[in-house]
Amino acid sequence: MIENELVTLTDKQKKARRSRSIAIGLGLAVLVIIFYVSTIIKFGPAILDRAL
Amino acid sequence: MALVDKNTLDDGGFRMSEATARDFIELLKPRVMSLVVFTAFVGLVAAPVSINPFIAVVAILAIAIGAGASGALNMWYDADIDAVMTRTASRPVPSGRVLPGEALVFGLILSALSVMTLGVLVNWLSAALLAFTIFFYAVIYTMWLKRSTPQNIVIGGAAGAFPPMIGWAAATGSVSLESVILFLIIFLWTPPHFWALALFKSQDYGRAGIPMMPNVAGEASTRKQIFAYSLLLAPVGMLPWAFGFTTAGYGVVATALGIGFIWYAWKVLVMPDSDRVMKPAKALFAYSLLYLFVIFAAYLADSVVERTLTSGVWA
Repeated sequence: MIENELVTLTDKQKKARRSRSIAIGLGLAVLVIIFYVSTIIKFGPAILDRAL
Repeated sequence: MALVDKNTLDDGGFRMSEATARDFIELLKPRVMSLVVFTAFVGLVAAPVSINPFIAVVAILAIAIGAGASGALNMWYDADIDAVMTRTASRPVPSGRVLPGEALVFGLILSALSVMTLGVLVNWLSAALLAFTIFFYAVIYTMWLKRSTPQNIVIGGAAGAFPPMIGWAAATGSVSLESVILFLIIFLWTPPHFWALALFKSQDYGRAGIPMMPNVAGEASTRKQIFAYSLLLAPVGMLPWAFGFTTAGYGVVATALGIGFIWYAWKVLVMPDSDRVMKPAKALFAYSLLYLFVIFAAYLADSVVERTLTSGVWA
């Protein structure tokens, strides 16, 4: 018989994991926005100079 | 047959983390970070080069995260001594809320992220300075100097002095005399600031086995050295004015602050050996925080007002 005993998180651990997940999500979102806006700024008006 | 027949996890050296996001934020030493943000901001704004406001915010954020990362690495390495000091016993790692490995990985990832972000989006000189600062604080100060010499915070103070220079480098792409003076102000401010704290927390440091100046050279010698550094700090605080980088307005504020610092240091110098409450040391510690904040605020205000007036906005 296959024994498949997994860890069951306590409520405290679930709450902590959720708090960490939200923080990581927000951090990544901020990072994306920072790199997106900074790229636009660094390109400047030259972003429109492209061969058609 | 399943690939994994048995997947049992017990508490034998492994446990699921109960660390919340707040615990990880605490690893970044938010109070130290606020001072870093402020001094870096002054360096960046006072620099005579305009920088895109968004890029400026990114630079400050990267410097703040880099400083926080070095704080996390410090808390990872120092968990053993933090646990025996009342001031630091409730930190996330010694209190068991964050596992040491979590703090180490968190610090390393944020270090790499902050340096790369600053390099890619701002410039590589400021990124190199930030990387050096993190290395200096985490390795040179935390791992080496802190436990081996009473000069730990004198040399280690350089790590805390770099942020305005990094801010300046972020704006200008160079290191100039102005930013070196801002560095020197924090560098010379650090010993009297921390030794004042070490005087009234010497038992804590002694219990942790950290060779702070009062525990090694004695309180009388520490008080003399505090006073000597204050005599150095006061004129260095006035250097931006002496070199003509600021107006007399800054000069007056810096002079008054310097005299105040020497006065508080004098009170510590003449503090009787029998004084166990050490009010003068506590007063100097509090005043030193005020000193650093006001002198940098004055430098910032002076350079912004001067630039506004000379740019002809009010003409």
